[in-house]
Amino acid sequence: MGKHGGKLDEWVDLLSGMDRGDRIDLLIDVADRFREVPPEVAQRPFAEEHKVPACESEAYLWAQPHDDGGLQLYFAVENPQGISAKAMAVILDEGLSGAPLEEVASVSDDVVYEVFGRELSMGKSMGLMGMVSMVASAARRRLASGAGER
Amino acid sequence: MKDIDERGYANPDVLVSTEWVAEHLDDSSVRFVESNEDPLVYPAGHIPGAVEVDWTRDLNDQLRRDYLGHESFAALASRIGITPETTVVFYGDKNNWWACYAFWVFQLFGHSNAKVMDGGSLKWKQEGRPVDRQKPSFEATTYDAPSRDDSKIRAFRDQVLAHIDAARPTVDVRSPEEFSGERMHMPDYPNEGALRGGHIPGAKNVPWARAIDPADGTFKDAEALRGIYQDELGLTPDSNLVVYCRIGERSSHTWFVLTYLLGFRNVRNYDGSWTEWGNLVGVPIEK
Repeated sequence: MGKHGGKLDEWVDLLSGMDRGDRIDLLIDVADRFREVPPEVAQRPFAEEHKVPACESEAYLWAQPHDDGGLQLYFAVENPQGISAKAMAVILDEGLSGAPLEEVASVSDDVVYEVFGRELSMGKSMGLMGMVSMVASAARRRLASGAGER
Repeated sequence: MKDIDERGYANPDVLVSTEWVAEHLDDSSVRFVESNEDPLVYPAGHIPGAVEVDWTRDLNDQLRRDYLGHESFAALASRIGITPETTVVFYGDKNNWWACYAFWVFQLFGHSNAKVMDGGSLKWKQEGRPVDRQKPSFEATTYDAPSRDDSKIRAFRDQVLAHIDAARPTVDVRSPEEFSGERMHMPDYPNEGALRGGHIPGAKNVPWARAIDPADGTFKDAEALRGIYQDELGLTPDSNLVVYCRIGERSSHTWFVLTYLLGFRNVRNYDGSWTEWGNLVGVPIEK
């Protein structure tokens, strides 16, 4: 297991080896792939309990049981200019959906800096870290319910 | 929304409309400056010819918690190709909050030939106006920047302590949850980087975005703004006022509204804000 687990380490390895310009270009392309939560999972108005704390881009998270035993992550980002939040959502989904719950539960919010670099405003980093923390919290709750036992 | 000239502002010339910007895209006497919170917004598409000024890389000292000095400001001005005569039009994401912050920092260096594009990026893109991803470069200019003047529009912690001792008004522009200190008690989530929650004693809470029409990011008219800041809070244009938030970015937006749109004459932005006050030993805090 790598530092973060799942495919998240592959994202971190890829992005941390890039210079700032290339990383930004890639993250914009990643954000373009964002697809919001499907209507069969959630529809507007989204429930407050799914809203990511401290995220100025008004991101929402749904974490549902995955076929492989982990979580399937879905996001919505209500701020049309929330490009970083959309990129983070895609990376968390591709990196952690279906990963073992123990790995998801232990993911560190430092991953935000590894993905975006250290030049984030406090507010932006807090919001993105809020997305990571909410994903980890969902995994911890699922583990506490006994879902991680095989 | 009414035209800018019809909104009753004290200084309507400080705002320009998206139409005005569209008509001046090729005007060499004007420089468009985009400032955002999100570092991906500018490279993902900006007003053609606009340059990015980033608060972390461009406006802050890279070692101390402070703003750039006059030599760095002169270098920044040279890089973005402006002189003191250039009209600098700021705009950005999230209702122009970082645009107003950049505007405020430029005022520390006396660049008064500055404006804000009403509605910011949101309105520009809503209207389907052109954007591109090309980063412009400009011929370097010479900008004889004055020393930074922190005395008029910036407040420091000791000044804020004296300010509240004198029972002068303070406006906290954070969210009600931050103002009350509630957010500090949420487990597992970020706590805004401060050890204590609450607000500066006596501060009144007016979240900064109340000054904005959320539909298109434009500023509310003067009557609506007076209703918030004068009728609700009892402030007057003569009030000796300090505004603050977490690091001074949201409060620079309120500083802009009060100073330019309502004509308040003595508003200072406490940029140390809650990340300083909430970590200081021994200062009074109210919940």
